[in-house]
Amino acid sequence: MSIAQHPSKEAQPDNYLTHGKGFMSWAFTLDHKRIGLLYMAFVLSAFAFGGTFAVLLRTSLLTPNHWMIADDTKAKLFYNNMFSLHGAVMVFMFIIPAVPAILGNFVLPMMLGAKDVAFPRLNLMSLWIYAIGACFFGWVLFGGILRTLFDIHLPFGWGLDTGWTFYTPFSTSKAEDGMVAGVLGAFVLGFSSILTGVNFITSIHTLRPRGMTWFRMPLFLWALYATSIIQILATPVLAITLLLLVAERLLHVGIFDSSLGGDPVLFQHFFWFYSHPAVYIMILPGMGVISEVISSHSRKHIFGYNFIALSSVALALLGFLVWGHHLFVAGQSNVADSIFSLLTFSVAIPSAVKVFNWLSTLYRGSIRFTPAMLFAMGFILLFTIGGLTGLFLGALQTDVPLHDTYFVIAHFHYVMVGSMVFAFLAGMYHWFPKMFGKMTNPFWGRVGAIMLFIGFNVTFFPQFVMGAHGSPRRWATYPAEFQVYHDISTVGAYIMAISLITVLINWLAALKWGKPAPANPWGANTLEWRTPSPPPHDNFPTPPIADDPYDMSKWEFDPSIEGWVIRQTEAPHPPDDRTLSVPH
Amino acid sequence: MSTASTETSSHSHAGHGRHDPHLAHHFDTPEQQFTSAKLGMWVFLGTEILMFGGLFCAYSIYRHNHPLVFKFAAEAYLSTKLGTLNTIILITSSLTMAWGVRAAQLNQKKLLMVCLVLTLMGAAGFLVVKTIEYSAKWNEHVWVGAWNEYNADNDASYAQYTRPPDQPATRPTALLTITATQPSPMVMVDDGNTTADRSQIKPRYDYGLSQSIITHPDSSNSGTGLSEEEKRELGYEKLSASDQWHVNTFFSCYFLMTGLHGIHVVVGMGLITWVLLRARRNEFSSEYFTPVDLVGLYWHLVDLIWIFLFPLLYLIH
Repeated sequence: MSIAQHPSKEAQPDNYLTHGKGFMSWAFTLDHKRIGLLYMAFVLSAFAFGGTFAVLLRTSLLTPNHWMIADDTKAKLFYNNMFSLHGAVMVFMFIIPAVPAILGNFVLPMMLGAKDVAFPRLNLMSLWIYAIGACFFGWVLFGGILRTLFDIHLPFGWGLDTGWTFYTPFSTSKAEDGMVAGVLGAFVLGFSSILTGVNFITSIHTLRPRGMTWFRMPLFLWALYATSIIQILATPVLAITLLLLVAERLLHVGIFDSSLGGDPVLFQHFFWFYSHPAVYIMILPGMGVISEVISSHSRKHIFGYNFIALSSVALALLGFLVWGHHLFVAGQSNVADSIFSLLTFSVAIPSAVKVFNWLSTLYRGSIRFTPAMLFAMGFILLFTIGGLTGLFLGALQTDVPLHDTYFVIAHFHYVMVGSMVFAFLAGMYHWFPKMFGKMTNPFWGRVGAIMLFIGFNVTFFPQFVMGAHGSPRRWATYPAEFQVYHDISTVGAYIMAISLITVLINWLAALKWGKPAPANPWGANTLEWRTPSPPPHDNFPTPPIADDPYDMSKWEFDPSIEGWVIRQTEAPHPPDDRTLSVPH
Repeated sequence: MSTASTETSSHSHAGHGRHDPHLAHHFDTPEQQFTSAKLGMWVFLGTEILMFGGLFCAYSIYRHNHPLVFKFAAEAYLSTKLGTLNTIILITSSLTMAWGVRAAQLNQKKLLMVCLVLTLMGAAGFLVVKTIEYSAKWNEHVWVGAWNEYNADNDASYAQYTRPPDQPATRPTALLTITATQPSPMVMVDDGNTTADRSQIKPRYDYGLSQSIITHPDSSNSGTGLSEEEKRELGYEKLSASDQWHVNTFFSCYFLMTGLHGIHVVVGMGLITWVLLRARRNEFSSEYFTPVDLVGLYWHLVDLIWIFLFPLLYLIH
């Protein structure tokens, strides 16, 4: 069906996509929905950039010795440049902003029934700070690859070979590399993250609509709130750490450099004081997405709302207390090791609370195997594997031999890719109709989900085995006995690449040929589904009144529009009196 | 541009006919907008505190590990008088800032502008004093990092075993001119500058003495090997070898903390100027004074950080 013939085209002539035309109306937009879409363009480009080098990395590991480049030094430097690029791009430019900046920006104000986030100009600033930081950092990293491979010397194109963690003394001892430029890139990206956090916290505090108390907020908002708390508390510590690193390089002050009286382990403490909470910046918003998707696609009220909401906050707080588990072999005292180990295990409690509540929500629900639901189920499985293997690394006795092996790689990819990317894609499929007003083809969406699940496990499960056998991470060459694992892993990476391309084509095809989306294709009761798809510039024709976000009983399916509408026989539940006051 | 259209279409569905030029389209009431702005500012100030928190943490660790270094360096090189003067200047400027906010709330435009100008002068005065202090450090060759003669890079006897021979330390070129004109670090530096505690600086490198102090026979003080009296008159030569090596760390902390704070003062001056210009254009009233209030909050934080920096750096005993 062509778009022009659809009746909703005339009924809703002005939506946020058509409201204002031309480059300037996008580049300087204050509309949170457009900012979300611009973020999507940048963040997905970064994902493709980092992903390309992940595939190249796996390809270079097909044989125990270098086969792509003959020169030994060059090959090793190339390998180091590649894993640094992959790690830095994926962490700073993709995983951290993916769900909050794309889905959060798009959905949060609508879930609040508001017209925008609290500070739209700050939001725009955050977007462009991200874009500038990402382009600069990407340039530095990619320039290093060009320099190593082709001896092309771009300005600022020094490249990094320290990995995304910038550990001292690697990062302070060498005279010439892209440390300063790369670190400044990460610093700028951190600003973007902080501004988004400030915006979300303020929006959730002051923009909630009539009837939405804290415990009537959709769980996605709870997750974003917890995420923002971490963003504003942890990111400044990364900022000062990186500034100190720059001061160390440029001015030769002695904070981290042991040859100047500094302490390299202090850097690790500072770095992980940010970067462990940052792991929860990455995963918490994904968990929020899963709560929404599981509930609406199994048409059942979320189970254990309060527990899921508070477990997000608990994860945000506990996330600040466990950074020392990255330093078990770095020369920490035994007492500190034991305390950090214990605290690390306590993280399992809120994580398991969430998993069990999601499973209980699914139990006896009317599960629809939409692509979003398949990705969400993949999330639960992979997150469980990632979480349980984390226990091996949190335990002191097993962490010492497993430290810096492929076991660690597999563990955090299960949590970061297996969980975060799956949650991101679940959220994309869930809100795609709202974003673009088009339905995706569910068949190819399912194919993408299943293929990605298979490809992911083929890639990373062998790495658990390999790591348990002692294969170290970050080695450009490896003993021949590990080749079979590496080869399986590389094949898996190709499957993942193909399935992600499938997903992308599925989206692009939906943009061009997709069926027009109804206002509420899933029958969910959160507020963003009470406005047309795509929403008008001001989000809502009339300001909605919030009620229980997971009570879907008043929606019924209307086959004529293939969407859900509020049952006409009964009026929407008026909120009870104690919730009527405007919350602050 | 969409900005314009959002401004004009703002109140069609807001339900109240009052027109307020400062009310953005996505807020229902000016109160809601003010609360949001204020909350956002507080959250941002939280990030500032966390950022300085990293420096305070590094300071605490190194002071805990080398207490005598901090005592020695602060007494020998920092002027408590100038620090106190700066504290008074900043606290006064906080007072004028708070007064200015009050004036804005009461529609007293002239008073607001006077207060803002006074605050600006306070900020400038603070930076002038800071500049005097920094240039004294420069003259005494104890500037930041590589321009500090306590820095291990500048001492051949340390550099030879802390740096691999094939990997020379990379120094900024400015450093070379300093080292070329100054006497060898093995000799006491006294170029005639007078500072309060100059007399306490003793010849620096006397390994025989410092080695013997490490194993001071009648050590009654835990770890330091110094008696109370010796601690009172602490000279460089009384520090242990490890402590001597870490004098540089004190200056790293000093310059990074005061430097980052100084940058915040400069940013604050920009913000106050911006508010001042807007005040001159009659943009503030008892109905709308959010920017004055927020810049005031920021300025109080800058003041507050200094109030922590002052005792931590200048008043070490």
